[in-house]
Amino acid sequence: MELLGHLWLGLQTAATLANLFYCFVGVFLGTAIGVLPGLGPTATIAMLLPVTFVLPPVTALIMLAGIYYGSQYGGSTTSILVNLPGEAASVVTTLDGHQMAKQGRAGAALAASAIGSFFAGTVATFLIAGFGPPLAAAALKFGPAEFFSLMVLGLVASVVLAQGSLLHAIGMVVLGLLLGLIGTDVNSGMQRFTFGVSELADGIGFVTVAMGMFGLGEIVRNLENEEGRAVMVNKITGLWPTREDFKRMIAPILRGTAIGSALGVLPGSGSILGSFAAYSIEKKVSKNRAEFGKGAIEGVAAPEAANNAGAQTSFIPLLTLGIPSNPVSALMVGAMIIHGIQPGPSVINEQPALFWGMIVSMWIGNLMLVVLNYPLIGMWVRMIMIPYQFLYPGILVFCAIGVFSLKNTEFDIYFMALFGALGYLFSKLGCEPAPMLLAFILGPLMEEYLRRAMLISRGDPMVFITRPISATLLALSVLAMCSVLIPAFSKTRAEAFREDTP
Amino acid sequence: MISLSRNPKDFWTGIIYISFGLASVLIARDYGMGAALKMGPAYFPTILGGLLVGIGVIAVIRSFIVPGAPVGAFAFKGLALVGFSVLLFGLIVRGAGLAVALPLLVVISALASARFRWRPTLIMAAGLTVFCVLVFLKGLGIPLPTIGPWFGG
Repeated sequence: MELLGHLWLGLQTAATLANLFYCFVGVFLGTAIGVLPGLGPTATIAMLLPVTFVLPPVTALIMLAGIYYGSQYGGSTTSILVNLPGEAASVVTTLDGHQMAKQGRAGAALAASAIGSFFAGTVATFLIAGFGPPLAAAALKFGPAEFFSLMVLGLVASVVLAQGSLLHAIGMVVLGLLLGLIGTDVNSGMQRFTFGVSELADGIGFVTVAMGMFGLGEIVRNLENEEGRAVMVNKITGLWPTREDFKRMIAPILRGTAIGSALGVLPGSGSILGSFAAYSIEKKVSKNRAEFGKGAIEGVAAPEAANNAGAQTSFIPLLTLGIPSNPVSALMVGAMIIHGIQPGPSVINEQPALFWGMIVSMWIGNLMLVVLNYPLIGMWVRMIMIPYQFLYPGILVFCAIGVFSLKNTEFDIYFMALFGALGYLFSKLGCEPAPMLLAFILGPLMEEYLRRAMLISRGDPMVFITRPISATLLALSVLAMCSVLIPAFSKTRAEAFREDTP
Repeated sequence: MISLSRNPKDFWTGIIYISFGLASVLIARDYGMGAALKMGPAYFPTILGGLLVGIGVIAVIRSFIVPGAPVGAFAFKGLALVGFSVLLFGLIVRGAGLAVALPLLVVISALASARFRWRPTLIMAAGLTVFCVLVFLKGLGIPLPTIGPWFGG
């Protein structure tokens, strides 16, 4: 019954006219950028962060969250209709979704994706509502040693789930931790790695890094292969699935939701892995396994349910522990800090309206997406035909003005350009920037917790192993690291990220 | 040395890691190490720097043993034009104003595209400028001039 009371509070918060409006703006923008290849949620949220400063915190977070899960929806629409995954998580949807569209069953595929996503979103909302409070309560007992170990686990998971070479993912994490230390050391007041530049005293803003690496770096990468953007769109017919379709969808949606929810909690590319894992499992267990790759509705419903469930459950670590699990939630941590909210397990008790309002808004946002996507499909399809040369100068403009407005200094614009070049360089070298950004945010926190833990233990590093929760978290980290060595897992990992270039 | 390497991606990434790691260890020497009990400002950066050097060395060694794909061609034109347009925007936006810096950013960056054409680019630059002046300067009150002091604004 307590849960119902909480959800009622959330509904009251989320259903105000202003919050409904910004939730709509969020999912609308999210769908739009999901449709557009070459513009992802990380860069968009970074660009829009300054705009949300004028909003109340809960409204700002509702809108930013909407952009994220909205982008997962938009990505699947273009996967099905034009065989172009707008987002990495919807790559597998192209396999069967586009085949269905070719056979004139685009409507059924879109419906399977929408129904699967909506169901998964609803379940994930209740999972957050159910698991959030007990997790936060457990986390309140965490000391510095536990938090340090938790961050280690988060970083290890982001390494394991990153694409490409494991060694480079670890390198990127360490590099990110180091870059995060630039600025004034909170304990001694000493300025580290600032080279006497006063603008660096507060460190490099994470939004600057995110916009550079994900915005600018991505633009330069897209300019490499500009060709091949001509798209053919078949007429969309049969908007409603048949009874047979419905029957075939149910089990895959249930399985996809379960897999996606579980993997979404993990840091890193959890939601990408979720959609891939759901697809491959469906391929193994389905009765219609022969149809896979030729337009099986199961191959659309399962991964779509999984990626939406994952997109939502990825908010669990953020809302309950205050620890971001991917670049998007890292940006939301930043948004919370800017609004004067310290992310962490106490948010749920100190800001119940914010916590529950956000959860309920996710469900409302999912409902909006179902309603929004159907009548507007024609518009999304026209949007994908906007040539890239008209798109990226606009993105640059919003990035430049956005990054300036954070601290009203041109200095951040220069840094954004620098990180753009760095991001491009690393992508050429096959190193993924996401674990680096995560580490960049966690760097100063980890140092702080390490110092406090060592101070309490009087300099004895055994404290991380003698405290049971901390020891468990570290053991899990080691296990996660070792799992890569298992051939079956590393094969799945390699396949999942094989064409992971949105 | 480089030509002996069988995996240029590994090799160059390793070199980058080693340089960042070494730099942070060397720079941090001036900061005061402290002890495990009471860590100085240099403690954490030194550990991380050392770790990064180690990872870099492994990557370089591995690049001589395990073959890998070559580094693809760099989009120098795109990188240079996008980078330059953004830097220029930062340099002149206060002095010249948004109505000058923004169209320049749009036009210069648009030159990076192989499908660049003047007419649509100029129309887009004009439209974006009007939009941004209205939304960001008038609406959100970002402290930038529309026409800067260089042009008597």
